[in-house]
Amino acid sequence: MRLAVIVAAVAALGASPAPLSAQEWKPTKPVEFVGAAGPGGGTDIFARAVQLAIQNHKLIDQPILVANKGGGSGAEAFVYVKAATGDPHKLVFGTSNLYTLPMVAKVAFKHTDFLPVAAMVFDEFMLWVKGDAPYSDYKSYTAAAKSANGTYKMAGALSKDTDQTLTRYIEKDTGAKFIYIPYRSGGEASVQLSGGHANSHVNNPSESVGHWKAGQVKPLCVFAKERMPKGAKVTETQGWSDIPTCKEQGAGIEEYQMPRTVSLPPGSPQAAVEFWAGVFKKVSETPEWKEYLERTAQTGRYMAGADLKAFIETDEKRTRKVYEDEGWLVN
Amino acid sequence: MDNLGSLFHGFGVALTWYHVALMLVGVLLGILVGVLPGLGAPNGVTILMPLTFTMDPVSAIILLTSMYWGALFGGSTTSILFNIPGEPSSVATTFDGHPMAKQGQAVEALSFAFLSAGFGALVGVIVITVLSGWVTRFALRFSSPEYFAVYFLAFASFIGLAGANPVKTLVSILLGFAFATVGMDTISGSLRLTFGFDELLRGISFLIVVIGLFGIGELLLTMEEGLKFEGVKAKVSLSGVLATLARLPRYWVALIRGSLVGVWMGITPGGPTAASFMSYGLAKRFSRRRANFGKGEPEGVIAPETADHGAGTAAMLPMLALGIPGSATAAVMMGGLMIWGLNPGPMLFIERPDFVWGLIASMYLGNVVAVVLVLATVPLFAAILRIPFAIIGPVIVVVCFIGAWTVGASKPDLWFAFFFGLVGYVFKKLDYPVAPLVLALVIGDKAEDAFRQSMLMSQGSLRIFYENPLVGTITTLAILLVTWPLWAMLIERVWGVRTARVQPVDLE
Repeated sequence: MRLAVIVAAVAALGASPAPLSAQEWKPTKPVEFVGAAGPGGGTDIFARAVQLAIQNHKLIDQPILVANKGGGSGAEAFVYVKAATGDPHKLVFGTSNLYTLPMVAKVAFKHTDFLPVAAMVFDEFMLWVKGDAPYSDYKSYTAAAKSANGTYKMAGALSKDTDQTLTRYIEKDTGAKFIYIPYRSGGEASVQLSGGHANSHVNNPSESVGHWKAGQVKPLCVFAKERMPKGAKVTETQGWSDIPTCKEQGAGIEEYQMPRTVSLPPGSPQAAVEFWAGVFKKVSETPEWKEYLERTAQTGRYMAGADLKAFIETDEKRTRKVYEDEGWLVN
Repeated sequence: MDNLGSLFHGFGVALTWYHVALMLVGVLLGILVGVLPGLGAPNGVTILMPLTFTMDPVSAIILLTSMYWGALFGGSTTSILFNIPGEPSSVATTFDGHPMAKQGQAVEALSFAFLSAGFGALVGVIVITVLSGWVTRFALRFSSPEYFAVYFLAFASFIGLAGANPVKTLVSILLGFAFATVGMDTISGSLRLTFGFDELLRGISFLIVVIGLFGIGELLLTMEEGLKFEGVKAKVSLSGVLATLARLPRYWVALIRGSLVGVWMGITPGGPTAASFMSYGLAKRFSRRRANFGKGEPEGVIAPETADHGAGTAAMLPMLALGIPGSATAAVMMGGLMIWGLNPGPMLFIERPDFVWGLIASMYLGNVVAVVLVLATVPLFAAILRIPFAIIGPVIVVVCFIGAWTVGASKPDLWFAFFFGLVGYVFKKLDYPVAPLVLALVIGDKAEDAFRQSMLMSQGSLRIFYENPLVGTITTLAILLVTWPLWAMLIERVWGVRTARVQPVDLE
């Protein structure tokens, strides 16, 4: 059955006319996907999902190697790929850390050094509390946090990164104060919440799905413009689409998402950027990709070219403003 | 018993020819990566991972975990024969394993190591089988203060053992802590001690340090001592193995203590390296034969090996049930689980019993396979010892540097390995112990994170380490151990009993 689906998809892909231009670029040696995070995390799974789709549908002729360079919160990967100037066989897989890392740490790269190829997926953020906590929505929880006078603990992954930024947004929105406690990963934060050692966290759905199923944690709302797409039930009674948006519940935060991005080293030919953008476009249409999105409860949104550039510029400016207010900027 | 029924169901899943063949392949590959210093289990599993994408999850995890068992076993072989640990978790095995080999007891040392390791692994799996539900709930009670207390305990049980010169030990520990702080700081999100060098972004990997200190450092010393290889001929005969097996029950205290330490550190998760150090430290402190430690005492091999494997096995439970990996290799495998479409977490046991219990059953079988295979490969590695040093020495250098390269595929790592080789040489010449440095490097940054998280939680009050009975008990134990020499002296004065005073023994 699954084979049949894949065969059909391959046939469909084969039938779509490949754009052939005069100065077409093609990989001529093995390709390296460099993940800007440690093995086993969201970035690693993202890179491997792309690898899987490309391999299954033979979208390129060369083998692909996935390497994780998570040192310095991912700075290692960017430095490594930056050093491969002009070699489009090395691609760096990251998140918004492409442009947020250079703001908070003294690293030897800027986001403008790289040629962004595509953003393929946006990871959602949710407000989670312990499974048996008495809160039912954004308002009731943040009101309780506010009256607790800054003693509520918000667990999160890493410091001065997406989780802590979102925590600041919530504080500004509601006037509540949290003690933010950074852990090495969202998974660790989720275990701390399950054990009752923190009051909440703002994990991505895939980081807490296991604990949600077991009823140890529960999502109050998702920081998105609209609810997540309908899918299978996750717990006995609820699926991802049953989670209200925080905006519905009266939050002043419109949306908060983290893009998963792929970039090429500086000086790569434009033809290579277009080649990879085309490959990733095809990847985003495979059944493997749909399965990946559903499994990790992320929003698939393919973005490339001018759209992507504009998105990065806006998000960079917005984040820079927050970091400036917090005194986190070093560059 | 529910769990036993599930386990038999699991055996049904794991006991197919295909799966047994995968175990054999996995264990053999594991022994290979385990023997090569630097090329450890996490690298091996990462390299093998893409091959498993098309496999059924049960087969995939059996292949990867078998490789892990093989690597854990293989790491001890070179520790004992060459004094070069193949894995960081077998550093503690060199303390007594290599002296045993030097005294012509290589077969005994290897057999003790493998058999006690098998015992530790078995205890680990049994705990997982019987207590999975309870252990998972227990692990959830651990937060940052408890983690810090556990790291403190690991440290306390090892500290003060080097005997020779407390100041030199202190220098070694502090250097280890300093090296551990290099790179990105989790709590503040800033870079520390990188001095603007991109090469230091990643921090200093303890794999590289172990390769340098032990591998390269050891070779430099050997060269100075006249190009004579100190490894000893090891012939494994079945009767030798059986004779060792018969002697094993005599060390039941070390076996049980090692297993408990291992299982505890695997679950909490301190990891196999910290577990083996802690177990060795405790054995040396409380054993009746403690005076012989460091001179080739079998108990000094049994203690760390049992704990190492107990921890390696037990670390699978928090990975499956909570989604927190208890070791670096478990972290890589967890990534694999997500790719195969499984969500690690409490529901995995209920949703995918085939997978979970198939894996647990395969852990029983895989470890038996590993013990047999690793014993079978000993003659092969022992044969290497007959090759003249002028040939094998350079080969080991090459292997060390290949190992250093595979850690992160980065050139500066090679220089670090070389640098730490010189450090190891100088340390040995000046009689500084290197083990405290390795231990501080392995758990230093984790302990620091846990401490600072605790301080954030309590807003700066140290009382958090006595906030509940669990953390209070661990903290008290650790403090008792740190101050043990004082207590020992006191007891001796008052009762006139000869107690656990640690003999000054050189810890290489």
